[in-house]
Amino acid sequence: MTIWLDADSRILVQGMTGSEGTKHTRRMVASGAQIVAGVTPGKGGQEVDGIPVFGDVREAVVATGANVSVVFVPPRFAQAAVEEAVDAEIPLCVVITEGIPVHDTAKFFQYAQNAGTTRIIGPNCPGIISPGQSNAGIIPADITGPGPIGLVSKSGTLTYQMMYELNDIGFSTAVGIGGDPIIGTTHIDCLAAFEADPATEAIVMIGEIGGDAEERAAAFIAENVTKPVVGYVAGFTAPEGKTMGHAGAIVSGSAGTAAAKKDALEAVGVKVGQTPSETARLMRALLRG
Amino acid sequence: MDLYEYQAKTLFDAHEVPVTAGEVCVTPDAAHEVARKIGGPVVVKAQVKTGGRGKAGGVKLADTPEDAQARATDILGMDIKGHTVHRVLVTEATDIAEEYYVSFLLDRANRAFLAMASVEGGVEIEEVAATRPEALALVRVDAIDGVDVAKARDIVDQAGFPANIRDEVTNVLVRLWDVLVKEDATLVEVNPLVLTTDGRVLALDGKVTLDDNAHYRHASHADLVDREGTDPIELRAKELELNYVKLDGEVGVVGNGAGLVMSTLDVVAYAGEPFGGIRPANFLDIGGGASAEIMANGLDIVLNDPEVYAVFVNVFGGITACDAVANGIVQAVEMLAAKGEPITKPIVCRIDGNNAEEGRQILTDFGHPLVEMVETMDDAARRVAELAAAGRDGSAS
Repeated sequence: MTIWLDADSRILVQGMTGSEGTKHTRRMVASGAQIVAGVTPGKGGQEVDGIPVFGDVREAVVATGANVSVVFVPPRFAQAAVEEAVDAEIPLCVVITEGIPVHDTAKFFQYAQNAGTTRIIGPNCPGIISPGQSNAGIIPADITGPGPIGLVSKSGTLTYQMMYELNDIGFSTAVGIGGDPIIGTTHIDCLAAFEADPATEAIVMIGEIGGDAEERAAAFIAENVTKPVVGYVAGFTAPEGKTMGHAGAIVSGSAGTAAAKKDALEAVGVKVGQTPSETARLMRALLRG
Repeated sequence: MDLYEYQAKTLFDAHEVPVTAGEVCVTPDAAHEVARKIGGPVVVKAQVKTGGRGKAGGVKLADTPEDAQARATDILGMDIKGHTVHRVLVTEATDIAEEYYVSFLLDRANRAFLAMASVEGGVEIEEVAATRPEALALVRVDAIDGVDVAKARDIVDQAGFPANIRDEVTNVLVRLWDVLVKEDATLVEVNPLVLTTDGRVLALDGKVTLDDNAHYRHASHADLVDREGTDPIELRAKELELNYVKLDGEVGVVGNGAGLVMSTLDVVAYAGEPFGGIRPANFLDIGGGASAEIMANGLDIVLNDPEVYAVFVNVFGGITACDAVANGIVQAVEMLAAKGEPITKPIVCRIDGNNAEEGRQILTDFGHPLVEMVETMDDAARRVAELAAAGRDGSAS
C-alpha cells in the first residue's frame, strides 16, 4: 500500500498545454502514471500526445473518472484552477506552481476546507510519488523503487537527495509538501497517513527553518506515531531575517531556528542527522536493527 | 519585503488609516522645510528596519524648524544595530492620552489570518504576550470572510477598547484589513495606535511586510525596494533573477533547490570548523529547472564576490539534468576567460542524479585545473573548505 496515490490513481493535469505542463506530463507518463486528461480553459477538444484536453475540470472528471489533479498553471491563475478542482470534488489536488501570492493560497485552502472534498498538496511543491505505482508532480521517478520508507519534506531537491541516498531500500510514498507559508498538507498529515499505512515501516521527515511546523510535528509524533522516524533539518547557518529561497524559510526572532526544531524532534526520540548522508545512515541502521 | 515606517504610513494613508502628517527627508535642510510646513512641534524619526531605535537615540522631539534640522543632522548617518540611517521621517508631534496595539498577520499554523489587539500598546507586544497574555486578544480571521464592520467590532470588544472610541478603532481595523488585502501584505502592525488628548485615534508607527510573490499585481511596489539597504551583489543577483543571499563566509555556494542549498550551507559550515571556521559566503539557488545560462550567471556572481576563496557547486539533477549543469559550468568559465577575467578561484563540483555520468564526463573532458569533482556532498564540502582555507591563509600572508 501507499498513501493518497497508487496504481489506480487517474490523474488530470491542469495547465497541460503549457510548456511545463507538457514536459512534466510526458515525464509522468514515462514513469507509468495514468494520465487521463488535461484541462486548459478554452482549449477543450485538443490533445497532447493522445491525452484529451478539456475546457474545465468537471467535464474532464465526468469523461475520464479522474481522481487526482496536478496543477501547473501560472501563479495568477492558480487560485481559480484549484477552486475549480474543488468544485469538481477531486479528492487530491497537487499544486506544483511556484510563486502564488499567499493571500490566494489562503483563500483556496479555506475554500477546500469549507467544501471538505479535496486534499491539497502544495503549493510550490514537487508533488507526490508512490514508486512503481504512480507519480503526481515533478519528482524524478528513476531515483528509486518501491520499499518500506515513507518520506515527507518541504524541499524538492532534498527529497530527491534523500531518495537517492536510500535508493537501494526504496519508498512507499514520498510527499513534497512545499516551502510556502501556507500549505495544504502538513508534516503532521503525512505522519498520520504513514502511521496508518501498512506498507510503510519507517518515516523520514525533512524540515527546514521557518515557522513551527517541525515542533508541532514532534508533539504529534510523541502522541501518535509508533513507527520509527528519522529527521533532518536544513538551515542551521541561516541568519535571522533573511529568507532562504522558500517564502516560508525565514528565521524571525528566536522562532523558527533549525536548532529549536532539532531539539524538539530529539526530545521525542526522533534521531536527527546533521547532514543528509548522516540521516540516511541513521535510517539504514534503524531498518537493520 | 519589509517596509520602512514612512512607506508603511504612505500605504496606511492611501487606504485611509488615520496617520499624523509628515514627510520623509534625506537631508537636514529638508527636515527644516518639512517642520516649517507642519508648524508646531515635530518628531524626527530614524528610518531603519530594526527595533529599539528610540533607545538608540534615533527618535527626537523638536520644537522649531531649526531644532528639527539639528536633530536630523544628529540622526542621519547614525548607526542603529548595524543599520545606517539614510532617511528621517519628520512628523507632527501629538499629545498622547493612551497607547494601544493592533495588527493583522498571516497565521501559518492555522492557515488563516490572525488579528491581534491590546489596550496595552507602545511596548514590545512579544512582552505583553509573554507576561500578560490575557491583555492581548487573538482573533482568527477567515481568509474568505475577511474583516467587515461586525468582525472588527468583535476584535475591538475582545480587546476591551473603551466604549467612547469603539467606532474609531473599528474603523481603523476595517481600513487596516484593507491595507493587508489590497496591498498583498502578510503583516500590518500599528504600535502604538494612540488616542490623542484632543480625541483623535491615530497610527503613530507602522510596520508592513509585503508578499514578494504578489509584486506582479502591484506595479507601484517596485518603488518600495530598498536599494541602499541591500547588498550590491544581492541587487545584481536580483537583476539576473537569481535567488541570492549574501552571507559572511569564504565559500561561495551554488546549488539547485532552496532546501538543498540551505543544507549545503550547513554542510560547508560543519566541514569548515577544523579549518579555522570556514563558512559559506552566500545562499544561491539556481532553481529546479536551471539552464546552462543560469548556471553561468550564478557562477559569475559568486566568483566576483571578493570574500569568496573557493566555490562549491552542489547540484542534484532531478529536473535539471546534470549534463546541462556541467555545460553551464564550462560555459561560465569560458565566458569569464573571454571577458579577460579568467577564474582564479577553485571550483569544487558535486553533481548527482539524472545524467550524472554525462555531466561528469563533460567536466573531465573540460580538464580545467581549477575545476574538480568530488563524489559525495560531505566529501566535497571538506575539500572546498580546505581550498578556501588555503586561499584565505595565502592572501593573508
